[in-house]
Amino acid sequence: MSAEVVSHAVGARSSLKTRRLPKWTPAGVAGAAVVIALLAVYLPGAGGPVLTGIAAALIFLIGLTVLSAAVENGRAARNRLATSLVYAAFVLALAPLLSVAYTLLVKGSDRMSLYFLQVSMNNVSAFDNEGGAYHAIIGTLEQAGIATLITVPLGVLGAIYIVEYGRGRLSMLIRFFVDVMTGIPSIVAGLFILAFWVLIVSPYFNNGRPQYSGFAAALALSVLMLPTVVRSTEEMLRLVPGALREGAYALGIPKWRTILRIVLPTAAPGIVTGVMLAVARACGETAPVILVAFGNPAINFNPFSGGQESLSLFVYDQAGAASKYAPGRAWAAALTLVVLVLALTVAAKLLARRNKLGR
Amino acid sequence: MSHTSLTTTPVDAQGAGGGGALPRGRRFGAETVFRGAATAAGSMVLVIIVAIAIFLIVKAIPSLRADHESFFTYQQWFADSSPAKFGIAAIAFGTVLTSALALLMAVPVALGIALCLTHYAHRRVASVLGFFVDLLAAVPSVVFGLWGRDYFYRPVSDFAKWLHDNFGWIPLFGSNGPYGRSILLGSIVLAIMVLPIVTSLSREVFLQTPTQNEEAALALGATKWEMIRTAVLPYGRPGIIAAVMLGLGRALGETIALALTLGAVYNVSFDLLGPGGNTIAANIALKFGEANPTGRSALIASGLVLFAITLVVNMTARAIVYRRREFTGGAA
Repeated sequence: MSAEVVSHAVGARSSLKTRRLPKWTPAGVAGAAVVIALLAVYLPGAGGPVLTGIAAALIFLIGLTVLSAAVENGRAARNRLATSLVYAAFVLALAPLLSVAYTLLVKGSDRMSLYFLQVSMNNVSAFDNEGGAYHAIIGTLEQAGIATLITVPLGVLGAIYIVEYGRGRLSMLIRFFVDVMTGIPSIVAGLFILAFWVLIVSPYFNNGRPQYSGFAAALALSVLMLPTVVRSTEEMLRLVPGALREGAYALGIPKWRTILRIVLPTAAPGIVTGVMLAVARACGETAPVILVAFGNPAINFNPFSGGQESLSLFVYDQAGAASKYAPGRAWAAALTLVVLVLALTVAAKLLARRNKLGR
Repeated sequence: MSHTSLTTTPVDAQGAGGGGALPRGRRFGAETVFRGAATAAGSMVLVIIVAIAIFLIVKAIPSLRADHESFFTYQQWFADSSPAKFGIAAIAFGTVLTSALALLMAVPVALGIALCLTHYAHRRVASVLGFFVDLLAAVPSVVFGLWGRDYFYRPVSDFAKWLHDNFGWIPLFGSNGPYGRSILLGSIVLAIMVLPIVTSLSREVFLQTPTQNEEAALALGATKWEMIRTAVLPYGRPGIIAAVMLGLGRALGETIALALTLGAVYNVSFDLLGPGGNTIAANIALKFGEANPTGRSALIASGLVLFAITLVVNMTARAIVYRRREFTGGAA
């Protein structure tokens, strides 16, 4: 390959310096493309702003490539084409993000009010214009909270096993399946808790009838959070310098105390970041909650008995209701959910930036 | 549970504290307890995966006994009626079709973004842009579903109409409206959702390309694109394959966004534009509310199939990553 490149470069030129397009060419071509697209597509009314944008992008791509092929050479043209495509990919990905954010803000703020956050849907039918998301917020917070309480000790201990104790086959196996477990679909986790907890275990506590509950949802969320927490904790524990451990051992501190008093506190900020990201993920899960918490229009503070709503389930329910008021509630609840999730995510990222162990 | 895992602790390693062996008298002290707890917690992962398989099988068997049609070839889903008739042919097909289409759209874009973040954008700009991609991953799937159903269907249906008008002779685009919830809409939404995963994994892979390889290519006179084609992409190929498979695993299991954007029609059809499409996961979410015990068991049976598929896909992907990690010695 390298030989071919070199011969190409030598054969294609007559003078010592190849001809290059001036630096402002891409900007110039872009401007021209926008003008042509406006004249050819937008003004005659052949398409809206989206189609005009696509036309402009295509004109830019073709124009710059042809120009470069004519003035420079084929290799430079391919290079410019690749650069444009790489940036185009980025714009393509940002477009839906911006669109989602814009739609959320516009449609979600219609119904958003203190009232919406303070009332439940008890005795409110889909065709009424009242109702709010209070019961769903309670559900989400309780379920995510219980899931965190279950997952954090289990996940951190599991990571300690992998990093500090694990040797040989079992440790390899566990590491491998932690990674595999991150890919378990949320609906499968929901079905598992449905089959295991709701249909088999819970009847023992509920006179033989299956008990849908917020706790079951928390269990399902734990299944989803566990691998994420183990993985991020594992990475953080590995970053703790070995010298710290050795220093502790040298002072005669047993291994378990070293881990609890030296290693964990050092890694704590990173672990908290990982947990917060996992919680944010879990808050947004809908599928398992549908299956095991079943929903409830009224406020239910007790996660162990009776159906419980969650924000994502509320969004889904309202999205499915055929009423002109339901979409407004769905969007407002979606906005609440996204604000909650984003607050957790951004806080976690900021915390990660202050983490001294670094990445 | 903890008993089984305790016995698997290597015997020779028992009591070996980091600071040398513990005093003999304290062999069964806190150290042993702590190590046992950690081992038990680690083994929990294995226990859960095995338990998922066992409990799903146990709860799926009653419906499979009651099924009056072939579970694997029948296309309809009448699990709640008696006699119960249901099969996963249509929904399994829909799952594979939407996931494949989503990956077809998402992978080139994701690789482009990953290259942009690692090799094109300025470092500080790249960290900000990478943050936006991470935000895309943080948006809950129900929000994407709602957005797709209430808003994004409009440009997509315009696009579908254009496709039909100009390429209607291709059977894929043969459907003549109404252009609302369709496989096309579902798979585009799905593509947006798997984008961040494929991006972040391939970004890590691209970052690991040895600088010597890149600089050698540039020193030989390669343009930036030629450098990427000859140094970055070949080096990252196993990683890219793994990233695509992990994206596939995510796409196969996606539930709510597809329940809101697909047409929930039970047939095996390649028609992308008309009302149609359904997946195993979406079917579970849609049918669960009104399911009787047999119906519930039938949904669990379909979930078992989904679990098996995603498990195989994920294990293959991780096996590729692990082999690569041993090969390069880095953390992939």
